[in-house]
Amino acid sequence: MTAPADPHRVRIEASDYRVARYAAAAIALSVAEAAIPTPLPGVKPGLANIVVLLVLLRHGWREAAWVALLRVFAASLLLGQIFAPGFFLSLAGSLASLAVLAPAAHLPRRLFGPVSLSLIAAFAHVGGQMLLARVWLVPHDGLWALWPVFSATATIFGAMNGLIVARLLAEPAAATLPGGGRAV
Amino acid sequence: MRTWLALFRPGDWLLLAAAVALTLLAGRALWQGDHPTRVVVRAGGEIVASLPLDRPGRLAVKGPLGLTQIEVEPGRARVATDPGPRQYCVRQGWLTRSGAAAICAPNEVSLQLAGRRDTYDSMAY
Repeated sequence: MTAPADPHRVRIEASDYRVARYAAAAIALSVAEAAIPTPLPGVKPGLANIVVLLVLLRHGWREAAWVALLRVFAASLLLGQIFAPGFFLSLAGSLASLAVLAPAAHLPRRLFGPVSLSLIAAFAHVGGQMLLARVWLVPHDGLWALWPVFSATATIFGAMNGLIVARLLAEPAAATLPGGGRAV
Repeated sequence: MRTWLALFRPGDWLLLAAAVALTLLAGRALWQGDHPTRVVVRAGGEIVASLPLDRPGRLAVKGPLGLTQIEVEPGRARVATDPGPRQYCVRQGWLTRSGAAAICAPNEVSLQLAGRRDTYDSMAY
């Protein structure tokens, strides 16, 4: 390839393909999960976070942030929720969990595995959502009465998603991402 | 099951325990109702007695129709007998929640449980 570099041509790198593939998987999980009825908005497994954590542990925080935010925008767009309150709650949760994952990713891996990261991210996720809901949607302290529900949700699904991430990382077949192969 | 447990690292257990503890503590702190500490008795709109709810006691209050007997046990109170015709306040039974009230309207006697802070302005059944 010795063609002269075209300044208008966007260079697509391997990481871009990777982000796109992982984001597609995360979006698919989000859309599938939206079919599960939930008693309270916000009480759901958050399966897309499995993908985000997988990317974080395999390719670093930057790509994980891309996948997480692409997922929020694209899934909301597909579900017809974009710029609705639920979208902003989702965005706030994602930003909060990315914010805590940046330092948490530097925890000693020998002691703190994917389950730890997943729990930390899940709590940050519901924390960010609650904070935005308190400030914007329900400006009343009565909202905190819901906290135990979200705390329990974050504990259960945080641990579950973390275990799935640990399992996927441990599987040698899935650990490599071939050029045209499957995303996860 | 064993393969799943093997995926936990020492710090994971620690964080999981912390998450469970936080959830339980939050549930206790945020969902536990306010325990009533006193029962306030009124006759003709005037407070005639304010009894502590930590020990048993009885009180007879005089109204236009006669005596209303109020009974207190640790943590709860009730109207034991009332001369009123319909006995609504008696049939309400034991009151246990802060803010709960029993009103014997014909005899103009009422009792209401009060906690450290008032959770509700009033409660109806």
